[in-house]
Amino acid sequence: MNAHALLTRLRGQVPLLVTAVLLVSMFSVGSVQYDGFFSGQVVLNLLIDNAFLLVVAVGMTFVVLTGGIDLSVGAVVALSTMVSAWLVEQHGWPPLLVIPLVLLMGTAGGWLMGWIIHVFEIQPFIVTLAGMFLARGLCYTISVESISITDPQYTAMAQTRIPLGDLFVSPSALIALLVVAAGFVVLHYTRLGRNVYALGGSEQSALLMGLPVQRTKTTVYAISGFCSALGGVLLTFYMLSGYGLHAVGLELDAIAAVVIGGTLLTGGSGYLLGTLLGVLVLGLIQTVISFQGTLSSWWTRIVIGALLFVFIVLQRLITARRR
Amino acid sequence: MRQQPVLEVRGIRKEFPGVVALDGVDFRLFPGEVHALMGENGAGKSTLIKVLTGVHPSDGGEVVLAGERVRIAGPLQAQQAGISTVYQEVNLCPNLSVAENIFIGREPRRFGLIDWPAMRRRAAELVRELELDVDVSAPLNSYSIAVQQLVAIVRAVDVSAKVLILDEPTSSLDRDEVRQLFAVMRRLRDQGVAILFVSHFLDQVYEICDRMTVLRNGRLEGEYLTSELGQVELVSRMIGAELAGLDQLGGGKRRERTAPTGPAFLQADRLARRGAVEPYDLDIRPGEVIGLAGLLGSGRTEAARLLFGADQSDGGTLRIEGTVTALRSPRDAIARGIAFCSENRKTEGLVGELTVRENIVLALQAARGWTRPLSRTAQDAYALKWIRALDIRPGNPEALVRNLSGGNQQKVLLARWLITDPKLLILDEPTRGIDIGAKAEIQKLVANLAEEGMAVLFISAELEEVLRLSHRVGVLRDHRMVAQLDNDGGLTPERVMATIASGAHA
Repeated sequence: MNAHALLTRLRGQVPLLVTAVLLVSMFSVGSVQYDGFFSGQVVLNLLIDNAFLLVVAVGMTFVVLTGGIDLSVGAVVALSTMVSAWLVEQHGWPPLLVIPLVLLMGTAGGWLMGWIIHVFEIQPFIVTLAGMFLARGLCYTISVESISITDPQYTAMAQTRIPLGDLFVSPSALIALLVVAAGFVVLHYTRLGRNVYALGGSEQSALLMGLPVQRTKTTVYAISGFCSALGGVLLTFYMLSGYGLHAVGLELDAIAAVVIGGTLLTGGSGYLLGTLLGVLVLGLIQTVISFQGTLSSWWTRIVIGALLFVFIVLQRLITARRR
Repeated sequence: MRQQPVLEVRGIRKEFPGVVALDGVDFRLFPGEVHALMGENGAGKSTLIKVLTGVHPSDGGEVVLAGERVRIAGPLQAQQAGISTVYQEVNLCPNLSVAENIFIGREPRRFGLIDWPAMRRRAAELVRELELDVDVSAPLNSYSIAVQQLVAIVRAVDVSAKVLILDEPTSSLDRDEVRQLFAVMRRLRDQGVAILFVSHFLDQVYEICDRMTVLRNGRLEGEYLTSELGQVELVSRMIGAELAGLDQLGGGKRRERTAPTGPAFLQADRLARRGAVEPYDLDIRPGEVIGLAGLLGSGRTEAARLLFGADQSDGGTLRIEGTVTALRSPRDAIARGIAFCSENRKTEGLVGELTVRENIVLALQAARGWTRPLSRTAQDAYALKWIRALDIRPGNPEALVRNLSGGNQQKVLLARWLITDPKLLILDEPTRGIDIGAKAEIQKLVANLAEEGMAVLFISAELEEVLRLSHRVGVLRDHRMVAQLDNDGGLTPERVMATIASGAHA
């Protein structure tokens, strides 16, 4: 391999490396600064507290890799919690029926948005924005109040702790990690996954190479819809309620995690592992601020904002150099 | 005794709103031949290719592939039927590896999952067969356009080895790269692949092609053996008449001219931009044509962009009409009477969704400001005047620019700048990818403009063209202006090439 090719290849990894370094250094600083910070459980808690975000961000990664965006995810999460709570609590449906139904609903919604985006050649931004209003609005047709869930199967999922030596994780965290693993396999070892990258690299080329552009696009939004619905299910385990105001702004957190994880917003470059790191970075910021104790939680937003700026500029520099 | 054609097109017809692009065209392609598709811009070459590859559905006629009538509904169907295409712009995914670009959509799989080692191994084999030195696991964008194009050919041939269409593959390649491409083409031809080759370089066509089909105005002009049709004859078939003054295309005859004297309109003094172009001096007087010669990527465009404010210089000074001026943006430059026709007419110049009229008045309207709109009558008058002056075809001011051929698009772009009556016109590869007739017209136009007192900076990869037009030729090499040669009649393309090669006055 020549030196130039090696350099080009490494350049794609720079954002990922930066995020990894950031994560390790944040954790080290926290460990030095605060008592009790340096423990495996703090790391596992990151996963437990952010399981739903991680799942949503996996779906978002697929969409962003094609060069698109999905603004509806937060609202779909809220709608999923709402439908779950409504059917389980007020209609007495069994959770084992409700959960697949909710997942199907999210997938279908995503598929429909993808179909509209492709067939009518509309910006993903505007289509998913419409989807966001629609899903959020539908929440309130069910109820304007929060519906709390008392179903024993849900509470069991909320309270179960799976021991790992002295430490523990929640079932939701494991589900989220499974989703990451599945997403990784799909992205790197299936034609669908490679078509996602190709589409992000150049849609025109993908079309001329005879790749199934329409199917890939609709599938990607369907995956994002599925992940949002699953994120909603995990959030009901975590909050034990359905509410139209759940997960407000979650789409932005998911996009932030994807970007901080090194995926280019223009598509075609990025890794699911980066998204995992991105979610952990966001979680760690919150953890540090709660350990600090005196700062208001809004500082989380400020730090995320600053980080986003840095990463977007970094992306810009990398893509500019590439030309 | 020839065998049956692998691809035969009968009476194909294609219409766009306001334009009949193909009108009953027949075309045959035999296995194991390289076949040129010739014609002026707008003759229907691109449209025919797009019909064959399923990008445009045809409005009539039939396509027969290996004896069977086929309907090509899209690029995928075309590939499955055995027709693969490599376009002028490499249509691969720059973010993926070479191996993936060859195999995407048909990756080898084990247990339903992509078998990466097998994919890399097979890609390496294919690349080696064509004697290319490429690391297949490196991302495509780490290689030059030439290599990317060869990768596209590897993919195309591996997808379906029957018919390979090469659409202007050589327009951004240098001499050695063209040789490498031709070697690959010959190897494929000997393997029995039918190759359809489109190029504006007549020399290349005569070097590589066995037969040619000539189109004119969307109609079939004829099918010829390359060995039986001379270059001048071919050109006259393409243009459709014994063109008076065809000799001026031959490159021998030059216009008599005297270099203008007097104060310079623009003076660059040690003007530079780090990483783009080393400090250079340049004076351009009214009525003078300065040529910029050099290889692709030698810094010709970069040097010109500084004069238009498209990039900021970080060293040296620029004087316009004697006053030191810092051009902060193209807007500044336009206000001082400088116009720039970029080489990328699609991405940096024209708006394809607008009509010819709207594109032509765009720069003038911008110069006037939006508070003083041009009346529709004035717009129509301008559009008609320039359509006539430059012979833009079709002569319909309301035709969408994206439906025009490359040469006619270039003329629209020229019209847009000429309408603002600039003092300095910078032309970056104005004749690239356009046919010989339109080329001659644009050259004539440049010469006339200079005679009327316009200063022109003319950038072109074709030395004959540069020498035919310029009073002086600046030679660039490795982002440095190595020489400025007076074109006093004794300057030959060979001497310019020697200067490019040696990097000093030859």
